[in-house]
Amino acid sequence: MRRIIGLILLIIIALGFGLSLTEIPFAVPKTKVGRYYIDKGIDQTGAVNIVTSVVLNYRGFDTLGEVTVLFIAATGLGAILATVKKKPGREFVPSSLVLSTGCRSLFPFILLFAAYIFLHGHLTPGGGFQGGAIIASAFLLVYLGCRERRVKERSIKAIESSAGLIFVIIGFLGLAVSGYFLFNFLPRGIPNTLLSAGIIPIIYIAIGFKVGSELTGIIDGLIEESE
Amino acid sequence: MSFLADYIYYIGAFGLILIGLYILLTKHNLIKMIIGICVLDTGVNLLLVSLGYIKDGTAPIFSKPGLASENMVDPTVQALVLTAIVIGVAVMAMALSLAIRLYQHYGTLDMRKIKEQRW
Repeated sequence: MRRIIGLILLIIIALGFGLSLTEIPFAVPKTKVGRYYIDKGIDQTGAVNIVTSVVLNYRGFDTLGEVTVLFIAATGLGAILATVKKKPGREFVPSSLVLSTGCRSLFPFILLFAAYIFLHGHLTPGGGFQGGAIIASAFLLVYLGCRERRVKERSIKAIESSAGLIFVIIGFLGLAVSGYFLFNFLPRGIPNTLLSAGIIPIIYIAIGFKVGSELTGIIDGLIEESE
Repeated sequence: MSFLADYIYYIGAFGLILIGLYILLTKHNLIKMIIGICVLDTGVNLLLVSLGYIKDGTAPIFSKPGLASENMVDPTVQALVLTAIVIGVAVMAMALSLAIRLYQHYGTLDMRKIKEQRW
């Protein structure tokens, strides 16, 4: 019964959506604002990666909101899982020498790659969100490979809060210097060089640390729960 | 036939959305419902990206000076999806932690049984 009702509902949704989609042609430019960003992006922001200039400059306030959503989700997970008392530490079967050495030696290289990704967010595909996800994957490798290793929850929280504060402080500096929140007040530099695009690299570094520590905190909470 | 060839990306992305909705509507297991949300999320992201596509499009990055800008795809939707993916992961983790708590409290993941105990 439930299945039939569900199918009927889905058919209605599919019909409505399909009728409206036939009005939207595929593979032709649709928005004027996207063309504007591509044409004016380098002059106005200094970042050659137009997606980055949209994320952090044209829609920087929006990104601050999205980072806040991420923060609330991570905090909510901590609050949901933190109610039980920690069980006394269980004995782990220690991982083999090959596994633990491999994880430990791969760990710094993955972090280096993540730093490359979020430092070059305004030049190449990538940025703070992707770099943060890579940082979290490095910690996940250590958590799965060498099971006795843990990160300190307090230091994760400290990095996360200070990175978020840096984002907001840069926004208020723009407000103080020019009268607009998150204004790109630093010199834009020469496009296609590392030190260009004003405040964009600084904010992306902050976002990289913030997303990395939040996702690491999520992994930490879920793994602790499973033990 | 040309309809299918023209709209294959829309159809695929919207197919994923419909599959996710169907899982949400018919399954009773909480983990399966979370998987449904995940599939729906992916479908929405794919639909947004395919809306911004331009024929023979390239990434909107001027990695070399003097690169032609006519074929660059719409950067706005890509910027939206970029953050939506990370937020999707975090929200998924939060949903899974709620599922863990519900299982510890009720001893089951079946939504019908949890409802019976609740009311």
